[in-house]
Amino acid sequence: MKSNLKVFLKGILDVSPLMIPVVPFGLIFGVLAIDVGFSPLETMGMSLIVFGGASQIVLLQLFSGGASSLVIISSVGAVNSRHLLYGAVVSEHLSDLRLIWKIIISYFLIDQAYAISNEFLKKNKDQNKYFHLVGAGATCWMIWQSTTFLGIILGAAIPEKLGLSFAVPLTFLALLVNDFRKFINVIVIIVSGLVATLGYNYIPFKAYAIVAGLTGLLTAMILTKMVKTNE
Amino acid sequence: MSNWALIIYCGLITYLTRFSMIALIKKEMFNDRIRQVLSYVPSAIFPAIIFPAIFIDNSGSLLLEDNPKIIAALIATLIGIFSRSIIATIFSGLASYWFLIFVV
Repeated sequence: MKSNLKVFLKGILDVSPLMIPVVPFGLIFGVLAIDVGFSPLETMGMSLIVFGGASQIVLLQLFSGGASSLVIISSVGAVNSRHLLYGAVVSEHLSDLRLIWKIIISYFLIDQAYAISNEFLKKNKDQNKYFHLVGAGATCWMIWQSTTFLGIILGAAIPEKLGLSFAVPLTFLALLVNDFRKFINVIVIIVSGLVATLGYNYIPFKAYAIVAGLTGLLTAMILTKMVKTNE
Repeated sequence: MSNWALIIYCGLITYLTRFSMIALIKKEMFNDRIRQVLSYVPSAIFPAIIFPAIFIDNSGSLLLEDNPKIIAALIATLIGIFSRSIIATIFSGLASYWFLIFVV
């Protein structure tokens, strides 16, 4: 069995390539948070407390659109519901851990750390294999906090004319690159996008993100069922 | 609600989703059907952020003509389909947007 430190370092090494897109993402977040009116301290607090790129950007986007707190919080919850899927896979590798480790690891369990460590956890039988996840998560944490900080500093220097807020839809678009080639996904994307755009002014409480998300999911349920019956 | 309260609640809900997935959810709790539907969550929820940010302007009205964001987003989507690269998608979109607003 390798030492805890070695497994931890392996986690850092494995996750490093995935950190390249996180750098612009963190910078954009820092710049935008200041732009929509959060103080530097609140912006840093958001990255420390929430520690989730998609959650934080959704928070900013709805906050700047004037959505109520309740709508913002439930939209963040809706964005996070995709994580429940990971749970089914990763929990079996971590079921023997002590509760305190589960509490710690939960904070670090972001998409990138999960994606890379799941491969390692599947192949490895050692008892200390979860140190890989801690190493990967800690790396993501360092990058996210430092790029947020840089974004806060740069924010004042970046002219509004650059239209950097356009980076928000682009970042989310980029997170869907693997879904563009799948027929059902494309339909779901279009349905959800249309509902959100057309309902933007008409759905009360700025709840358009939740309504569109649920409509999209319902479309996915119907389409996957239809495809199955055709087979 | 103060900004800090909002941040803490969003942090709590994010943390609880992660905690529940490793501490509470067991593999047997999800059948294939639920897992299949959950895999569509990103495709269902992200467009709700993407589309309004492209098609709706600051005043809240639909902007279909003379909107460089639409063309830039289309270019980014095409680059995304072919490259499957997150970073190429983001930068091609930003580059074409800047080209359209500053050069054209």
